Amino acid sequence: MNENRNVKIRVRNLSKVFGNHPKKALELREQGLKRPEIFEKTGLTLGLSNIDFDVYEGELLVIMGLSGSGKSTLIRCLNRLIEPTEGEIVIDGENIPALSEKALLECRRRHFSMVFQNFALFPHRTVQQNAEFGLEIRGVDKAERTEIARNALHHVGLDGWEDAYPNQLSGGMQQRVGLARALANDSTVLLMDEAFSALDPLIRGDMQQELLELQHRMQKTTVFITHDLDEAINIADRIILLKDGEIVQIGTPEEILTHPADEYVARFIEGVDMSRILTAQHAMRPVRATAREEDGPRTTLRKMKENGLDSIYVTSRDRKLLGLVEVDAVAQAEQQGQENLRDFMTQEFRAVGPEEPLHNLFAMFSEKSFPIAVVDDNRKLLGVVVKGAVLDELARAAEPAELSEEGSENANENLAAAGDA
Amino acid sequence: MAIEIPSIPLGDWIEGGLDWLTSEYSIVTRAISRVTQTGIDTLNDGLMWLPEWGLLAIVVALCWWVANLRLGIGAALGLALIWNLGLWEPMIETLTLVVIATLVAVVFALPVGIAAALSERLYRTIMPILDFMQTMPAFVYLIPAIPFFGIGSVSAIFATVIFSMPPAIRFTTLGIRQVPVELIEAADAYGATRSQKLIKVQLPMSLPTVMAGINQTIMLALSMVVIAAMIGADGLGSEVWRAIQRLRPGDGFEAGIAVVILAMLLDRVTQSLRKGRKT
Repeated sequence: MNENRNVKIRVRNLSKVFGNHPKKALELREQGLKRPEIFEKTGLTLGLSNIDFDVYEGELLVIMGLSGSGKSTLIRCLNRLIEPTEGEIVIDGENIPALSEKALLECRRRHFSMVFQNFALFPHRTVQQNAEFGLEIRGVDKAERTEIARNALHHVGLDGWEDAYPNQLSGGMQQRVGLARALANDSTVLLMDEAFSALDPLIRGDMQQELLELQHRMQKTTVFITHDLDEAINIADRIILLKDGEIVQIGTPEEILTHPADEYVARFIEGVDMSRILTAQHAMRPVRATAREEDGPRTTLRKMKENGLDSIYVTSRDRKLLGLVEVDAVAQAEQQGQENLRDFMTQEFRAVGPEEPLHNLFAMFSEKSFPIAVVDDNRKLLGVVVKGAVLDELARAAEPAELSEEGSENANENLAAAGDA
Repeated sequence: MAIEIPSIPLGDWIEGGLDWLTSEYSIVTRAISRVTQTGIDTLNDGLMWLPEWGLLAIVVALCWWVANLRLGIGAALGLALIWNLGLWEPMIETLTLVVIATLVAVVFALPVGIAAALSERLYRTIMPILDFMQTMPAFVYLIPAIPFFGIGSVSAIFATVIFSMPPAIRFTTLGIRQVPVELIEAADAYGATRSQKLIKVQLPMSLPTVMAGINQTIMLALSMVVIAAMIGADGLGSEVWRAIQRLRPGDGFEAGIAVVILAMLLDRVTQSLRKGRKT
């Protein structure tokens, strides 16, 4: 879905070896050896191997993997907090690994702001001074940076806390300061290293929503690292799955969930609650029959009979949804000799947008068993969702994960590890 | 037959080296001597120019300001006792030596400590030298001081600086190295240069530890300027020294108590300064 966007960062053939004489490890890799064998032979760790991907302008790209998969190394290679062993990282025409020390500082100042897992706020600086840090480093004058930082703090909801010190704030608030520090810097790319992992689940959910809103408003290119698949699904435009320093799959959350590239990915997604990911349009069926507003009771009854319906949606000529009539009401209208059904329609049904998560639909079904109408922004009827279809869709989505019966125990372990990391 | 192994003339070599230094660099040593002496005299005269009660009031106010009223009252009582015992002038002389020696020590120690924190190689070179400086019996420094600077206060300062400098260096290094890696990473990520990192992150964060080192340096300096009475330094030490020679334990204890009071005051004030910086 992003193919036609501009590429902001192009990463090609990126590898990182930890230890002395890294060339040896790369040679062994050319011979087809994997990470554990290379480590056994040389004592070198192949942290990243042949990583290729693009970050598109304005997207929120999530890099996810379990601990040890190389995701922290990868994000640190982007701004060279860790020196890559080989490969290209091109941002706006500049190849980062080739930059001189001075050019690198300039590049970091212009392009990258980073948010850290354990916040990494400066304890001797106030909230305001922390938020100003990046600007101060760049030599922006006092009045201007005060203004910008104050604005950034306002964006993350920290008005009135400017003079507090980080240790006076809760974890969630501290990370807001971390975010404000990054936003104030107004760099072109936001790097978030497990930014919400240290927060408790409730706060984490809030922060994810806020990040999405900010992202929506500012369209900032963001690379977000996480070990938590639910988090990745929740916020990502695209996800890169890493395993043992290699990319396993790149795709939208939906692509990854519905077409896992291999068993590893399939196991990984086993624990995800599919009903949060799939939306109404996945379970939607075309409408078999609708009544027009000018239809009389007779025509309507006939349509319902032909299609075996107890109720039918009434639409205008341009397919705008007007209401619903039940078979009893139509029969009554016929007896009274009515010309049309306008007075017999009910609004006691539910209509949702195509993006409505499936898990919200469950609750709606419990009220009355009319099919749920799916409408677009102009209330045009796109389709309907019946109860059975929701369950069908969930069952179908879960299928790929069940390919490997023997792997299920392992997958649970993986997920437990992910929770700990 | 016992084979006679000639002893290594280590002492001769050191003496030869010192002699050479004294004769070759007499201009330097004389210049240092003059500058230091001027510093000592100026500070001493300044402190003595103030009436006793005036200085006492200033110290009490200072204690109250940096710490609390209790320390202020303690300072008033302690200084009043010293005044009453007639040890005011030697106390001022000792204080002068401590202040000057500490200043010189800190001026040398901070850059060295910072450099050692940033360079692993320098760190490994400097640590054994510091061990040497701290474990060598303090009296030994007094001996070469005399040919360099003659008998008197300048020699006392020289020996005191060498003896009291190591903790300031060590704590500075420690303080900078203790700054969490993730904060260094954060500074790097935002494109900070080495000096920006040092000034905006490493130094402010290591300040409490550096202050602890300076506190140690002051305490060591105080103990050394007392000992330096043996090479003619004025102050409370020479009172003690005189009491020993005349076998008058009463006088000795009076001067000793004055040293203790001065030590406690210096310690409490610098400690409060250090805690005050923490937020």
